[in-house]
Amino acid sequence: MKQEIIIAGFGGQGVLSMGKILAYSGLMEGIEVSWMPSYGPEQRGGTANVTVILSDKPISSPILNTYDIAIILNQPSLDKFESKVKPGGILIYDGYGIHTKIMRTDIHAYRVDAMDAATEMKNKKAFNMLILGGLLKVAPIVKLENVLLGLKKSLPERHHKLIPMNEAAIKKGMEIIREI
Amino acid sequence: MEDIKLMKGNEAIAYAAIRYGTDGYFGYPITPQSEIMETLMAEMPWETTGMVVLQAESEVAAINMVYGGAASGKRVMTSSSSPGISLKLEGISYIAGAELPCLIVNVMRGGPGLGTIQPSQADYFQTVKGGGHGDYRLITLAPYSVQEMADFVALGFDLAFKYSNPAMILADGIIGQMMEKVVLPPYRQRKTEADIRQESPWAVQGKLQDRKVNVITSLELDPAIMEENNNRFQAKYRKIEETEVRCEEFQCKDAEYLLVAFGSSARICQKAVELAREEGIRLGLLRPITLWPFPKKTIEAYGAQAKGMLSVELNAGQMVEDVRLAVNGQTKVEHFGRLGGVVFTPDEIIAALKEKLLKP
Repeated sequence: MKQEIIIAGFGGQGVLSMGKILAYSGLMEGIEVSWMPSYGPEQRGGTANVTVILSDKPISSPILNTYDIAIILNQPSLDKFESKVKPGGILIYDGYGIHTKIMRTDIHAYRVDAMDAATEMKNKKAFNMLILGGLLKVAPIVKLENVLLGLKKSLPERHHKLIPMNEAAIKKGMEIIREI
Repeated sequence: MEDIKLMKGNEAIAYAAIRYGTDGYFGYPITPQSEIMETLMAEMPWETTGMVVLQAESEVAAINMVYGGAASGKRVMTSSSSPGISLKLEGISYIAGAELPCLIVNVMRGGPGLGTIQPSQADYFQTVKGGGHGDYRLITLAPYSVQEMADFVALGFDLAFKYSNPAMILADGIIGQMMEKVVLPPYRQRKTEADIRQESPWAVQGKLQDRKVNVITSLELDPAIMEENNNRFQAKYRKIEETEVRCEEFQCKDAEYLLVAFGSSARICQKAVELAREEGIRLGLLRPITLWPFPKKTIEAYGAQAKGMLSVELNAGQMVEDVRLAVNGQTKVEHFGRLGGVVFTPDEIIAALKEKLLKP
């Protein structure tokens, strides 16, 4: 098993933390993980992205040309990464942030209206967990129980009270994802 | 079971330093290595092991604090990124000239000048060919994983004390910023004054009644004595070159072509080797772990059997000069790099290999 994942969007959308939770989930799962962020000034507005690799074998390069899964949260990221999804791979996007159609026909494209759902939940911070839920529905690469353990590991203890909200958002994301 | 943690390379350096029994860290913040001091400050080791963590007023002050701490036989370290290391070089030359052990971490970023904050390996020359003035050498370790960031703290300190010479961990923004699984080394006790007196009899420890005063200096006004000192340094450097070379080979035995790469570049090259072999190209990777002493003999031996070598570096062609010296014309040696903070992808490496070596 090896999943090479790119998560890309605006800084502040929870791109890096979603990647971190995935990486911690992999740690809980007992597999190899790598988490490589873009750490440039683009974090202040342009595109921020993180490459997460989960594998049952040692991981070589933390930097990749192509990805099994792309999670795309804004238009510039779609422009940059749509062509880099492997044929047969998965592209998940937030309907709110994307204005153009997905042009690739050799990949599976999914839409999660996470911004709308987060607004409905009156919790903007649930956004990235809704997306993560969608991902886990279409690509169950880590078990939900390990994601929750991963959340516990990656969040400071004072934020542990937020875990039930995050779990609810993940489950909601699983419900609202749909194939395009 | 070993306690496996997930952390950044920079954080691993900080935790490993505390566990090694380091006496003092002196630094000044700069991206992409600020997490080293941030983690040390958050962990507050002065309340547990007694380790001092101090943000100095400048890089120059920090390296001179290291100079002072090292003179007293303490395990002391500093860290910075490229422009900050340039500022420290005068102090590093003094520490080498005074034959003192210490650990310096450089998490390289794109240059020259203030440059970018993204990963680069353009400080290879600066690190292994001097940097500061005078005929000195830095023991240089190039980690290629978060685990090695943790492990090389102890290795760097051990080698520095074994040879009374500064050691450097030469990493870059990729290894500093990425998170991977890591098993942290066990805790060691910090040295007591009595331990230091026994293990480092040259150390200045204040006014002792029963021995002559130790003097630490790099200054010598008599050139005849300074030449003797230099000869002693050189003899030490030859011994380090004989005994401390470290190098790793990936799929080299049957390889027709070899990549040579260190640090994060070696990670990206590993993937290039996997992809090339899927295409039927018999490619291998030589990874120098010590950049000085450089693995000349291994590279020379492979030079006799390989059809060509590609030195893959995040710079304009620095280590390639040492590869060419080692190969000494036995086979073709080319360079591929990206500059200024741009990082190559595995397929770019394969394209360069085809262009520079495989094309008839």
